[in-house]
Amino acid sequence: MFGKLSWAAVPLDQPIPLIAGAVVLVAILAVVVWVIVAGHLPYLWREWITSVDHKRIGVMYVLLASVMLLRGFSDAIMMRAQQAVAFHSQGFLPPEHYNQIFSAHGTIMIFFVAMPFVIGLMNLVVPLQLGVRDVAFPTLNSVGFWLTATGALLVNVSLVVGEFARTGWLPYPPLSELTYSPGVGVDYYLWSLEISGVGTLVAGINLVTTVLKIRTKGMSYLRMPMFCWTTLASNLLIIAAFPILTATLAMLILDRYLGFHFFTNEAGGNVMMFMNLIWAWGHPEVYILILPAFGIFSEVVSTFSGKPLFGYRSMVLATMAICIISFMVWLHHFFTMGAGPNVNAIFGIASMIIAVPTGVKIYNWLFTMYGGRIRFTTPMMWSIGFMVTFIIGGLTGVLVAVPPADFLLHNSLFLVAHFHNVIIGGVLFGAFAGYTYWFPKAFGFRLHEGLGKAAFWCWLIGFYVAFMPLYAAGFLGMTRRMQHYDVPEWRPWLIVAGVGAVIITIGIIFQVAQLVISIRDREKLRDLTGDPWDGRSLEWATASPPPVFNFAVLPNITGEDAYWAMKAKARGQAEPKEPDYEPIELPRNSPTGFVCAFFATVMGFALIWHIWWMVIAGFIGAFATFVAFAWRDHDEYEIPADEVARIDRINLAERRNLVTAAGSV
Amino acid sequence: MTTVTLTHGGERDHPGFEAAEHEGPAPKRIVTAYGFWIFLLSDMVMFSCFFATFAVLSKQTAGGPSGAELFDLKDVAIETVCLLLSSFTCGMASIAADVRNRFWFQIAMAVTCLLGLAFLFIEVREFASLVARDAGPTRSAFLSAFFTLVGCHGLHVSAGILWLLTMMAQVVAKGFRADIQRRIVCFALFWHALDIIWVAVFSVVYLLGSAA
Repeated sequence: MFGKLSWAAVPLDQPIPLIAGAVVLVAILAVVVWVIVAGHLPYLWREWITSVDHKRIGVMYVLLASVMLLRGFSDAIMMRAQQAVAFHSQGFLPPEHYNQIFSAHGTIMIFFVAMPFVIGLMNLVVPLQLGVRDVAFPTLNSVGFWLTATGALLVNVSLVVGEFARTGWLPYPPLSELTYSPGVGVDYYLWSLEISGVGTLVAGINLVTTVLKIRTKGMSYLRMPMFCWTTLASNLLIIAAFPILTATLAMLILDRYLGFHFFTNEAGGNVMMFMNLIWAWGHPEVYILILPAFGIFSEVVSTFSGKPLFGYRSMVLATMAICIISFMVWLHHFFTMGAGPNVNAIFGIASMIIAVPTGVKIYNWLFTMYGGRIRFTTPMMWSIGFMVTFIIGGLTGVLVAVPPADFLLHNSLFLVAHFHNVIIGGVLFGAFAGYTYWFPKAFGFRLHEGLGKAAFWCWLIGFYVAFMPLYAAGFLGMTRRMQHYDVPEWRPWLIVAGVGAVIITIGIIFQVAQLVISIRDREKLRDLTGDPWDGRSLEWATASPPPVFNFAVLPNITGEDAYWAMKAKARGQAEPKEPDYEPIELPRNSPTGFVCAFFATVMGFALIWHIWWMVIAGFIGAFATFVAFAWRDHDEYEIPADEVARIDRINLAERRNLVTAAGSV
Repeated sequence: MTTVTLTHGGERDHPGFEAAEHEGPAPKRIVTAYGFWIFLLSDMVMFSCFFATFAVLSKQTAGGPSGAELFDLKDVAIETVCLLLSSFTCGMASIAADVRNRFWFQIAMAVTCLLGLAFLFIEVREFASLVARDAGPTRSAFLSAFFTLVGCHGLHVSAGILWLLTMMAQVVAKGFRADIQRRIVCFALFWHALDIIWVAVFSVVYLLGSAA
C-alpha cells in the first residue's frame, strides 16, 4: 500500500534531524495557524499564491531562497563545528549523518538558494527595466516558481521521513547506484531536482522570450540595461544546460529503478560518462549563477558612481563570450580522469581563456567608479567587497585550471575554498546587493542602512576567516568531506574556519534584524518617489511598489540609461502634458501553478517511496490541471483608463517634486 | 549594417520609423510561438544527450545481441512512413485551421492521430519482442541506451497524441479562437520536431546500428 514507506523511515533514534525537523514543523504550523486565525488566508491565496504578477513571483522566489539559505547555513555550521572537534575523535556527527549534511548543504545552496535568488531578482526587475507590463508567459512563470518550491519541499521532507543522499551534491556513480546507496536518499535528491529542474527550464524559456520579444518602444538590444543582458545570457545557458541535467538524472533514475546499465560497473555501463554529462550541465550552471550577479553589480556600481557603465559594449561582448565559452571547459572538473595530456591541456587553456572576459568586467567596474561621485551605500559595499573577493577566487580558479596543479589539489579543501570564494564572494554578495538595491522598488521602503553595513562587514570578514584557512588546509593535503581526521597540522586551520562561520552567523543575524526593524520602521524608511537611489534605468521610472501594470503608459526610449535621460530632459522644462491613458489588459490570476506543484509533490513523494498507485493518481491530477487550464475562457481582465490615470497621477506628483528638488541643487 | 543586425526586426515594414528604432513588444502570436521554439530547442538538447549516450554505449553489448542481430528494418521503414505521413496530415490540419475549416481540421487531426498510434503500436510491438528475446534494457548498456533514446521519442509521441486529442476537443468546444490558434501552431511545431528527431533516430540507431 505504501511502497517502501513505514514508521521505520522516521529517524526516531537520531536527535539532530528529529529536533531540526520538529522546529521546522512547529515554525510552519505556527505560521499557518497565524495566517488562518488572523484571516490572511484569502489575501494570501488571492494576492500571492495564485498571482501571475512577475513582481510577486519574484518576491516569492527570493523569500524561498532566504528561508533555504537558513537551512543550508545550519548545515554549514554543523560541518564546521564537526571538523573543529573531530580531531582523533568521532565528533558529534556520525559518518552517515555527516555525509547527508554535506550533500544537503551543497544541493540546497546551489539549487534552492542561489538559483531562486537570482531567478527571483530577474523576475522582479527585468520586465521593469525593459519598460513593459509583464513577462512573456505569466502563468507558466507561476508554474515554474511552484515547481521549484516543490523541489525544496521534498528536500526538507527528507529530513524527517527517510534520509537524504550521502553522495555529495552531485551523486557520482557507482556510489549513487542502487548497489551502494540502497536507501531513498539518492531518490529524494533525484526527484526533487528533476521537478525543480523543470521549473528552472520554464523560468529560462520565459525570461529569454521576455528579453528577446517583449521590450518597450525604442529599447533596442544595445540600449538594454546590463542586467537584462546578463539575464539573457544566463537564461540562454539554462535552456541549453538544464535539459542535460534532466537527461543525466533520468538515466541515473533508470539505473536505480529499472536496472538499466548507464553508469553501472557491469554490463558495459560507463561511470565517466556521468561525470562528463553532469559537468556539461554543471559548469554552465556556475555561470548561470554568476552572470546575473555581474549584471547586478553593473547596475549598482553605475548608479552609485553617478556615471554610465564604463565600456557598456565590451561588457555585453564579455557577457556573451562567457555564455559561449562556459560550455567548453567542463572537463577541468575531472582532469584526474586520465583523458591524457592533450585533452587536459585544451580544457586547461579554455578555462584560462574564460577568465579574460571576467577580467574585462572587473576593469569596467573599476573605471566606472573612477572619477565618479561614489556613494557608499550597502549595495555598493557588497559590490566593492565582491570585486576584491572575487579576484582572489578567480586567481585560485586559474591555478586549479592548470592540470599539473590540479592533480595535487583535486578534491582537496583548496578546491572547497576556491568555489566558496567565487560563489559566496560572487553570487551571494551579488544577490545581497540586488536584494538591498531593489528592496525599496518591491516594497516601497528602504532597508535599514546601518544594519545592512554591519551584516556586510560580518559576512566579508567572516568569509575570509572561514575560507582562507581552508586554502591552507588544502595545501597541507586535507581532502574534502572528512568526517574526522588524525593530522594535528590541520586542526588550527579548522578551528579558525569554525570561528569564521560564527562571524558569518552574526552577519546573518544582522540581516534578519535588518529586515524585521525595517518593516517595523517602514514609515520612516518610506520612499514615495519610486526612485530612492537616483537610478538610471526604467525600473525607477515607476512607483514603488509598482502598480500591477508597471507603467501607465509604456515609455519610449531614445538611448542607454533611459530613466537618467528622462530625468535630465524633465529638468528645466515646463510641466509635461498628461499622457492619454488607455485601459490595460492583464492576465488573470490562476491557481494552475500551485495545483501543478501539489500534484508534482504527490508524484515525487510517491516515486521516492515506490507508492505506484499514488504516482498514477498524481499523474492524472496533473493532466486534469493542464486540461482545466487550457479550458479557461477568460484569462485576461481589463483595468479601466480612469483607474490607470488615478494611480499614475499620484506617482507623477511625487516624482515631479523629486525632479524639482534635484533641479534646484 | 550593424544597426540592422543589432536591432530588432520589423522596422523595414514601417518606413516612418527611424532605421534603428525598436517598435515595442511583439504581438502575442509571435511571443507564444517564439517561446515554444525555445522549448523545442531545449528538448533537442535533451535528446542530444541521449544520442551522445547511445553513441558512447552502442558497442557495449556485454556479450549480448548487437543492433545488427536485433533490428528489423522493414518495421522501422513502416514506422518512418507513418510518422512522415502524419507530419504531412498535421500540416494539412494547420492549413485547415488557418482557413478556419473545422471539418477538414478534424479529419486531418484524426488521421494524424491514427498514424501516430500506428507508429506507437509498431514501436511497442518491437520493444515487447526484444524483451521476449531476452534483449530488454537491463541486458546491456547498449540496450539501456537504445530503449531510453527510442522510448523517450515514443513518450514524446504519446504526449503529442494526448495533446492532439485535447486540441480536437478544444476546437469542437471553442472553435478557432485566437488562443486556440496559437496552441495549434505550437502543437504543429511539436509534431514536426518529433519527425526531425525520428529521422536522426532512424539514421543513427537503426541504419548505422544494423550496418555494424
